[in-house]
Amino acid sequence: MESVQQVSGRAIPFGRKNVDTDVIIPAHWLKTITRDGLGRGAFETIRQDPANLFDSAEFKGSPILIAGDNFGCGSSREHAAWALLDLGITAVIAPSFSDIFSGNAFKNGILTVALPQEAIDRLMEVAQTDPVTIDLDSQTVTTPFQDRFTFEIDAFRKHCLLNGLDEVGLTLARGDQIAQYENKSAGETPWLATGVAA
Amino acid sequence: MAHTLRTLYDKIWDAHVVERRDDGTCLIYIDRHLVHEVTSPQAFESLRAAGRKVRRPDLTLAVPDHNLPTTARRDAAGQRIPIADPESAQQLAALERNAPEFGIRLIGDADAEQGIVHVVGPEQGFSLPGATIVCGDSHTACHGGLGALAFGIGTSEVEHVLATQTLLLKQSKNMEVRVEGELGAGVTAKDVVLHICGVLGASGGTGYVIEYTGSAIRSLSLEGRLTVSNMAIEHGARAGLIAPDDTTFAYLKGRPFAPKGVDWDKAVAWWRSLATDAGAKFDKVVVIDAADIVPSVTWGTSPEDVVPITGVVPAPASFTDPSKQEAAQKSLDYMGLTPGQRMEDVEVQNVFIGSCTNSRIEDIRAAAAVVKGRKKAAGVRWAIVVPGSGLVKRQAEAEGLDRIFIDAGIEWREPGCSACLAMNPDKVPAGERCASTSNRNFVGRQGPGARTHLVSPAMAAAAAVTGKLTDVRKLTSA
Repeated sequence: MESVQQVSGRAIPFGRKNVDTDVIIPAHWLKTITRDGLGRGAFETIRQDPANLFDSAEFKGSPILIAGDNFGCGSSREHAAWALLDLGITAVIAPSFSDIFSGNAFKNGILTVALPQEAIDRLMEVAQTDPVTIDLDSQTVTTPFQDRFTFEIDAFRKHCLLNGLDEVGLTLARGDQIAQYENKSAGETPWLATGVAA
Repeated sequence: MAHTLRTLYDKIWDAHVVERRDDGTCLIYIDRHLVHEVTSPQAFESLRAAGRKVRRPDLTLAVPDHNLPTTARRDAAGQRIPIADPESAQQLAALERNAPEFGIRLIGDADAEQGIVHVVGPEQGFSLPGATIVCGDSHTACHGGLGALAFGIGTSEVEHVLATQTLLLKQSKNMEVRVEGELGAGVTAKDVVLHICGVLGASGGTGYVIEYTGSAIRSLSLEGRLTVSNMAIEHGARAGLIAPDDTTFAYLKGRPFAPKGVDWDKAVAWWRSLATDAGAKFDKVVVIDAADIVPSVTWGTSPEDVVPITGVVPAPASFTDPSKQEAAQKSLDYMGLTPGQRMEDVEVQNVFIGSCTNSRIEDIRAAAAVVKGRKKAAGVRWAIVVPGSGLVKRQAEAEGLDRIFIDAGIEWREPGCSACLAMNPDKVPAGERCASTSNRNFVGRQGPGARTHLVSPAMAAAAAVTGKLTDVRKLTSA
């Protein structure tokens, strides 16, 4: 994962709540065996409307998406995160996110910034005309109009994002601890340790 | 030190902590990993690129399900019938290549045990109470019906589990959804969970693991419990859980990968000890009276859009939240419904009985009981029954259930995910309606422009024979 410090630029004032991952990337796009090229299918249904924000001259290629409550609900497909990235979106601001989506976004270096609805309303207004800046280190979202909203982020995730750490590599380094657990578990709950070898 | 009172979730979590960090993040051991063809190719590719191995192939089971056609897979000579869609074929080929390369057991497309991963796991005894179970699929919540801590993960996490057999996680909050009382006639596990979706909303469970409790939940069969827990994700919960009890143990005993002999007795004792301690604290408790639950149906494009079959399409203005009003209007436009319309007047052109929510033998029996002696309605263009696994299919055929459907003009198919998400050729045409036993009524879920009404198997069967969304109680009362 590449390190992430700041995301700054125009923000797409999408605003819709309960944006599910079938809306972000419909299932027929999931037949790929790579992570690339999914931007073409991103928000496919919405983008059938020629007046959609994603393809408008003003917002095309914007790095930030502003949405409503429960963004990314539904399927666990990481293709949703890959599709956003391919569309150029590297941060989403919303009142809340589905647990699985925010995990997938994090793994791909996409910031999921949760802010109260009042802040979202204000940012939706600013986004119509002006850029928005998200700074990870200070955990703030700012606008050219002195707006300043702070957000919470899990300390470990922040550390990984700022330093671009590979989580699999980090965990592989804990191999001894994992082996110890496996030894203990094989004694206490042997039926769990056998799996398909039973 | 006095023992703190713990929930079922707390106990399973504690038993799987490999390491706990100062900030509360835990390295959690994963006991069972189910892999299917859609969310795994990129994970295997990353392992290959980094020269990494699968740590515990023996705790991993691969089953293709999403892309498989539900028409015949082998010709009369036993030769594979090529899959028409080259992308589907490529994804299936990738799993068939990756599983043996990494030493993982694969249940292949023509094996009798093949089926939807969430049907196969419990059926094979691979999924067990008290286990941590993951799969790159949000409906992994299903296995919580056995009392397993089971949840969906993304492809990066699939890779993490393959390489390390662990995940880095923070513990979710505890919620109890208690359903007390006796379920009325014609009210099924699906109606219970649809009702819960309506009460909690699509995000009401976000940040929580939900334990479903109460006499109505305990009275459900194991298969019914899988149906309830399956849709925990539809109210945003990380996972659903139902305490394992004698119903659970009776279901599991003798299954191929279930513990045997001395291990079985030890396992049952451990499973019993996992029950939530009396007086343990939940962060949130929701109590539902079983008497309030009737056969239910969705009207909109979120699983929270639930009404009783006896009800009407709601008016957007009836919602207090302005953003919900707007969403409801969009849903009604998409669904082609008008406020005040009676749900029982809504005509359907398609019926889908299947999916990891409702494709087990009891679901097939419930649908067959309604269809028996009746015919598919003239207005229903397409009606299919897709059993959850080859074993469910074989059992249903042994009971003669396939003939009931076929004689009624309803198609009897091969197992897979099918029209639940339309990745294979089974799709609902744009603008047409489908009474579906699946779990999501999202825009375009069953095909671009398709209009989905989520119902129980009995209700789907009722719609198939009447051509309209129908209160199944009218067909089953003597």
